[in-house]
Amino acid sequence: MQQIFNFIFKNSNRILFLILLGISLFLTIQSHSFHRSKIISSANFLSGGVYEKVNNLNEYLNLKNENDILALENAKLRSMLFNVKDTATAKTLDSIEGVKLKDIIVAKVIKNSYNVYENYLTLNSGELQGIKTDMGVINSLGIIGIIENTSPKYSTVISILNKRTQINAKIKKSDHFGSLNWNGKSTGFVQLTDLPRLALIKIGDTIVTGGQSVIFPENINIGTIAKIYRDNVTNYYTLDVKLFNDMTNLGHVYIIKSKDREEVNNLEKKN
Amino acid sequence: MNNALLVNIFRFILLLAVQIIIFNNMNFLGYISPFPYILFIILYPVNGNKSGLIASSFLLGIIMDLFSNSGGTHATACLVLAYMRPSLFKFAFGLSYEYQTIKINEILSPQRFTFILLSVIIHHFTLFLLEAFQLLYIMDTLITILLSTIFTIIICIIIIYLIKPNKR
Repeated sequence: MQQIFNFIFKNSNRILFLILLGISLFLTIQSHSFHRSKIISSANFLSGGVYEKVNNLNEYLNLKNENDILALENAKLRSMLFNVKDTATAKTLDSIEGVKLKDIIVAKVIKNSYNVYENYLTLNSGELQGIKTDMGVINSLGIIGIIENTSPKYSTVISILNKRTQINAKIKKSDHFGSLNWNGKSTGFVQLTDLPRLALIKIGDTIVTGGQSVIFPENINIGTIAKIYRDNVTNYYTLDVKLFNDMTNLGHVYIIKSKDREEVNNLEKKN
Repeated sequence: MNNALLVNIFRFILLLAVQIIIFNNMNFLGYISPFPYILFIILYPVNGNKSGLIASSFLLGIIMDLFSNSGGTHATACLVLAYMRPSLFKFAFGLSYEYQTIKINEILSPQRFTFILLSVIIHHFTLFLLEAFQLLYIMDTLITILLSTIFTIIICIIIIYLIKPNKR
């Protein structure tokens, strides 16, 4: 017994180091695994509160930018209003078709990261506003990400600039779909993989969210095709998609409540 | 003795605040961020409590993880650096470092520079390798490590000389 105590006292630093190393490595590995939310995330009152304060200051510096974006959105809405008679074009103009106003929660990005392989955003609304895990996040230009963690007042979003995201996406004019990933290289581009070779595509075509996703409604803008890679071994294309959104400059975002999701999930569980 | 403790607590809070509010948003060329918060571990007193250093480094890293959504990568990197610190002292200042009165925040001698350089390299290696977590993008990761190391060292040295009270 005496010797055990002696051993512990003598190596107390090493034991402390090993225990803490074990904890931190566990947290690291856990955060890299798919389909599991992080234990340590910025959706909590401490970091959320600090980021909100910092963001309040930063907002003043970005007022001009934000105004420009709002003006653009206004112009677009106005053009929709004036062209309302032309029902054929009105449908394509409305980028969030099928989403009613009451299904949307408005939130503000208080922390944005885009310089690592796994990027997250922090929003200033949480469970109290009705945000739940796995809701889709968009803004007026296109998709942004998916809600990952929530606390009463804050929530974190797994950005499309994250290697763990996979979103169902399709070519707007042809309904051929693939899955959207990010290769970690540039903040302006994401990759659409597993698109069948049968699809007729050319550079400049628009990519929108596909109907298979229960997180996003169909036909939400993502970006345009910038580059096409042909893989001769498989029968699939890989595309570079230039995002409509500037992911390094995000202000207000919309969170979409999907009412059908639980129903779809329950149905799929029965299979 | 009590004074040293207060200075360390103050340094801990100040460095974390500056890191989170300023340096985390400093994406030079899009992806290079400096991490001068590790100055806390570098400047910790040489003859200070070792368990205290290891525990506080862990806390420092966990708070950084909390703010940057990085799982446990910062905590691991800080822990490794804190644990390696005595060996780095031995390497940079010679075997008898414990009997000398070493202070890092004084005039930059080759020994002090070696120590800071090695500390930053060890921290950044652990941090970025764990952050990437795969060998597929090893070249990108190595370039990021190199550029971030240079950036962090420059900012660390600037901070040391800005804050150091000139007594003599």
